[in-house]
Amino acid sequence: MKKLSIRNIDQGVIMKLNKILKNTLLIVVACFALSACATSKKSTGQMQGDVYTGTDTVEYLASGVPDRVFFATNESVLTTASRDTLRKQAAWLRKNSDITIVLEGHADERGTREYNLALGERRANAAKDYLMTYGISSDRISVLSYGKERPVDSGSNPLAWSKNRRSVTVKAN
Amino acid sequence: MLRYFFAILFLFLPFKGNALIEVDITRGNLNPLPIAVSPMSIDENSRSNFEKILNKKDIGSEISIVVEKNLKTTGLFNPLNKDAFLQAPDIANLKPRFEDWNLIKAQALITGKVNFVDEKLRVEFRLWDVLAGKEMMALAFTTVPTNWRRVGHIITDKVYERLTGEKGYFDTRIIYVSEEGPKTKRIKKLAIMDQDGANNKFLTLGNELVLTPRFNPTNQMVTYLSYFRNLPRVYLLDIETGMQEVVGDFPGMTFAPRFSPNGKKIIMSFAKDGNSDIYTMDLENRIVEKITNHPSIDTSPSYSPDGKYICFNSDRSGYQQIYVMKSDGSDVKRISFGRGLYGTPVWSPRGDLIAFTKLHKGKFYIGVMRTDGSGERLLTENYYQEAPSWSPNGRVLIFYRETKTDDKGEGFSAKLWSIDLTGYNERLIETPTDASDPSWSSLLSN
Repeated sequence: MKKLSIRNIDQGVIMKLNKILKNTLLIVVACFALSACATSKKSTGQMQGDVYTGTDTVEYLASGVPDRVFFATNESVLTTASRDTLRKQAAWLRKNSDITIVLEGHADERGTREYNLALGERRANAAKDYLMTYGISSDRISVLSYGKERPVDSGSNPLAWSKNRRSVTVKAN
Repeated sequence: MLRYFFAILFLFLPFKGNALIEVDITRGNLNPLPIAVSPMSIDENSRSNFEKILNKKDIGSEISIVVEKNLKTTGLFNPLNKDAFLQAPDIANLKPRFEDWNLIKAQALITGKVNFVDEKLRVEFRLWDVLAGKEMMALAFTTVPTNWRRVGHIITDKVYERLTGEKGYFDTRIIYVSEEGPKTKRIKKLAIMDQDGANNKFLTLGNELVLTPRFNPTNQMVTYLSYFRNLPRVYLLDIETGMQEVVGDFPGMTFAPRFSPNGKKIIMSFAKDGNSDIYTMDLENRIVEKITNHPSIDTSPSYSPDGKYICFNSDRSGYQQIYVMKSDGSDVKRISFGRGLYGTPVWSPRGDLIAFTKLHKGKFYIGVMRTDGSGERLLTENYYQEAPSWSPNGRVLIFYRETKTDDKGEGFSAKLWSIDLTGYNERLIETPTDASDPSWSSLLSN
């Protein structure tokens, strides 16, 4: 009575396989549509690879000092543009030595909650490490990960996700 | 609140062995067992007493409805329409006329009687095999009247166990995160409800972000992540008293908490300088131990039921995969090798399987594999779903699922779902608000 019914389970798998095969055509069609979209987005200069390069959602800590940097999917590596932004932040922090900051790390919605909390923390720390190499004391920097809990863009598409994979520098005082 | 007293009287010893009806729960059930749940009979005096106390017109009938709904959700039973019942509840409970029940194709029959005794609710019930014309089980319970729904759940557990040979999961509760508001500013509260969605209650007010609540083995404590004062830390909450405390004194974010099987430790991740490792804290002597020591992300730890092993999520290979180690952190072995990313491993209460979330080619799957990583089986596929939690008998998984938003970023929702280990019987669990991060309690009584 408690024996596993292999036959039934196999049927389940076969049914799923059939479904997947049937959906393949649809997916191929969808891919064409998507790649068309992706090209049009690239041409507007909002994403490089899957890193956001636009200015939507970006705020400024001071004139010419953007508050956030963006990341590729599952990555915490700083891009050339991100390093440039962080050098500007470091210069601004050196000029305003009384200011302390919180680095808020975020992930997109396409990952499990707990892993994304760790990933957000890793991203914020990548920004912190870079600021420290430009002379900002770790005493002035705290780190806070929100994982995928606080997206700026509620869309379910690659562009929205790219805006959400970010580390935001927030004045703490 | 969970310490209600239940007196169980065995009227008769359960019938032993022989060829009575059985329900096989190891397969997707295409022919659910036709079962008749006769309304519990009740005398006029008891009925009016309970009406005064509980504001329910016929508590006997209400209890049988709880049983009937529970049985239906399993997908293993097909409760028959009461309109077709020929025999009156009180007479059926004494001695069913099996020909009558056979006529409406019932193979099993549940009858019962409710009494008001010394301000208490006394319920007796019997399970009958209609074809064999025999009684399979007879039990009686006495409890406070407000416990009437739990009586229905316990009856279902007994019937389920008698017919399937395995423990039930009906006298249980679900703790979860209630969600409201726009996706960019979600308000989240801890909430608790009975397994069937009744008695929903909020445990926090929504002033701070809360995530991933999990029960301790006795279901009186919950460990979860709270962003109280913008410091994400693992907390411990006593459900009865509402008392809360931070777990440990870590100089950074702690997250992904769970209890050890004996309830004496909390296992969790601690993130520092971009690296998350797994730690335990003993709740009695407060001793903290570092279990993993690796520059990658190590998170989502879950103990095996014997406490000897821990499965967890790590990206030490470059991507999220599932690993198993001894509970002291030694002997780390990767067990997930299929295509895609793997997260949220949870060890089955039976010990034989690990449930997980898998991300592959833009789709999310809930699946199970054996503890050595073999026999991977995907149960359900969707746009987004994660965080499976086992029913206490290891036969059902509850998880949450989110919808894709439209072009304007609207239409977001998060709901709780359950699915049988067989991959059949996928069901939406109704909640008053949107919901995520469900965790299933163990059986409240046995």
